[in-house]
Amino acid sequence: MVQAALVKTKPVIEISDLNLYFGEKQVLKNIQLTIPQKMVTAMIGPSGCGKSTLLRTLNRLHDLSPDARITGKVTIDGQDIFHKNTLVNKLRKKVGMVFQKPNPFPKSIYDNVAYGLQINGFPKDKIPQMVEESLRKSYIFDEVKDKLQEPATRLSGGQQQRLCIARTIAVKPEIILMDEPCSALDPLSTLKIEELILELKNDYTIVIVTHNMQQAARVSDFTAFMYLGELIEFDETHKIFNNPEKQLTENYIKGHFG
Amino acid sequence: MNFKAIFKENPLPATMLLFCTLLVCTFLFLILGEIFSKGLSALSWSFIFDAPKNGMTKGGILPAIVGTLLLTLITTLASLPIGIACAIYLSEYAKNNTTTQIIRAAIRNLAGVPSIIYGLFGLALFVQGLQLGTSILSAGLTLGLLSLPYIITTTEEALKTVPQSMREGALALGATQFETIRDIVLPASIPGIATGVILSLSRAAGETAPILFTGAAFYVTGLPGNLFQEFMALPYHLYMLTTQHQSIATVRPLAYGTAAVLIILVFMLNIVAFMIRNKFRKQLK
Repeated sequence: MVQAALVKTKPVIEISDLNLYFGEKQVLKNIQLTIPQKMVTAMIGPSGCGKSTLLRTLNRLHDLSPDARITGKVTIDGQDIFHKNTLVNKLRKKVGMVFQKPNPFPKSIYDNVAYGLQINGFPKDKIPQMVEESLRKSYIFDEVKDKLQEPATRLSGGQQQRLCIARTIAVKPEIILMDEPCSALDPLSTLKIEELILELKNDYTIVIVTHNMQQAARVSDFTAFMYLGELIEFDETHKIFNNPEKQLTENYIKGHFG
Repeated sequence: MNFKAIFKENPLPATMLLFCTLLVCTFLFLILGEIFSKGLSALSWSFIFDAPKNGMTKGGILPAIVGTLLLTLITTLASLPIGIACAIYLSEYAKNNTTTQIIRAAIRNLAGVPSIIYGLFGLALFVQGLQLGTSILSAGLTLGLLSLPYIITTTEEALKTVPQSMREGALALGATQFETIRDIVLPASIPGIATGVILSLSRAAGETAPILFTGAAFYVTGLPGNLFQEFMALPYHLYMLTTQHQSIATVRPLAYGTAAVLIILVFMLNIVAFMIRNKFRKQLK
């Protein structure tokens, strides 16, 4: 049972009775989910099941869509993220995000990482050192150290994605959301990102949406299976993949649909 | 595919399209050829750096050049900040509802209002209503109004070309919406904004009708010393030399010279626009 496994962990994100509508269409249905700290939680499910939508709820990116309507509660470290006193930019500093397609800013490699530090008011004299540290942690420093002032858009896709991860961890978030971070990358770059994820979970809580079930099995501790906007099953990853409780989960894992 | 292969594969459409392109170029070069062949003889240092003399039959056009440059400067100052701010609001902040749609449609329509209407409106609002008199300020503000719809529209289009993923990337780092616009969206759209703005300003610099009632003068002795004086401007000077002068035949070379100077000025503005665009494009790549 998931409760037994979760006992050993500390909850950081708690989602209760979450419903999300785009206009008339309900995209998330009554989601209950507790995400443990400093673990990798994978969200899997067929296209359109709402896993990315759920992920983007956690850093309130749906604020950008005027027709999105949300009911229910999400707390991070016990704090209600939808509360009117919650500052959304502070929340997003705490809950970083890596996107499906690498989206480096049209700036230099250095500035891509330094930008988040500047806007979040880190001391100016510390920034160069923090940039280097983040690039090292993302295993990209050696590849870019001689061209920090070159435009980030000249890097390869995999390098860009690691740069985006460096940019995200630079501002010292607690949680990193990853929205199919490898779907636009080749197998070798994917491998590097997966190794990086395993490294990062020592310091961060990671929630990763993925289409790739092998990837979920390789990198995650817990897995949530979603289908048609509902959370079907959530448990330890090995349990979901070897001995799921629900028939639907088993069918999906075995590749009967999806 | 190379040029020859295209023609071999499908000669008829290729020929027709090429013909249309050449036709357009022919007209452009006819106009330029006419003006420069007859105007170049009038161009000289004294033509550019002297004031008109002897009832404008001799001398140069310095007051008109300076007048047009100052006028364009005032137009820029009046329209650029408001236009860009308005475009940012419409593109980044405004909800996409009926009101916004109506505002946007109204702005697009303003771009189609004939320039003489702007002239009359400027006369009513700035010259008489606000008591600014017929002055370079009134004329500049009127041209500013004329440029606004173009500036807003092109700026909005430029902002739209910045991918949403850039905005999300910045917001996800904890940037506020304003920081995202200031640091990511605006810098990325500068090439588009600069091109659009300069093209609309170079169009405004060549306008005659809006300055006709608001400040342009037939002839003034000196250069404009303050914002409330009347001034000479190249397009109006050209109009006047061509149709209103007592001895049109005598001043014909001067008219061609003025036209050449005006065209060179506008071309220079356009070249600046392309240079800015290329410079920023290179930086972004």
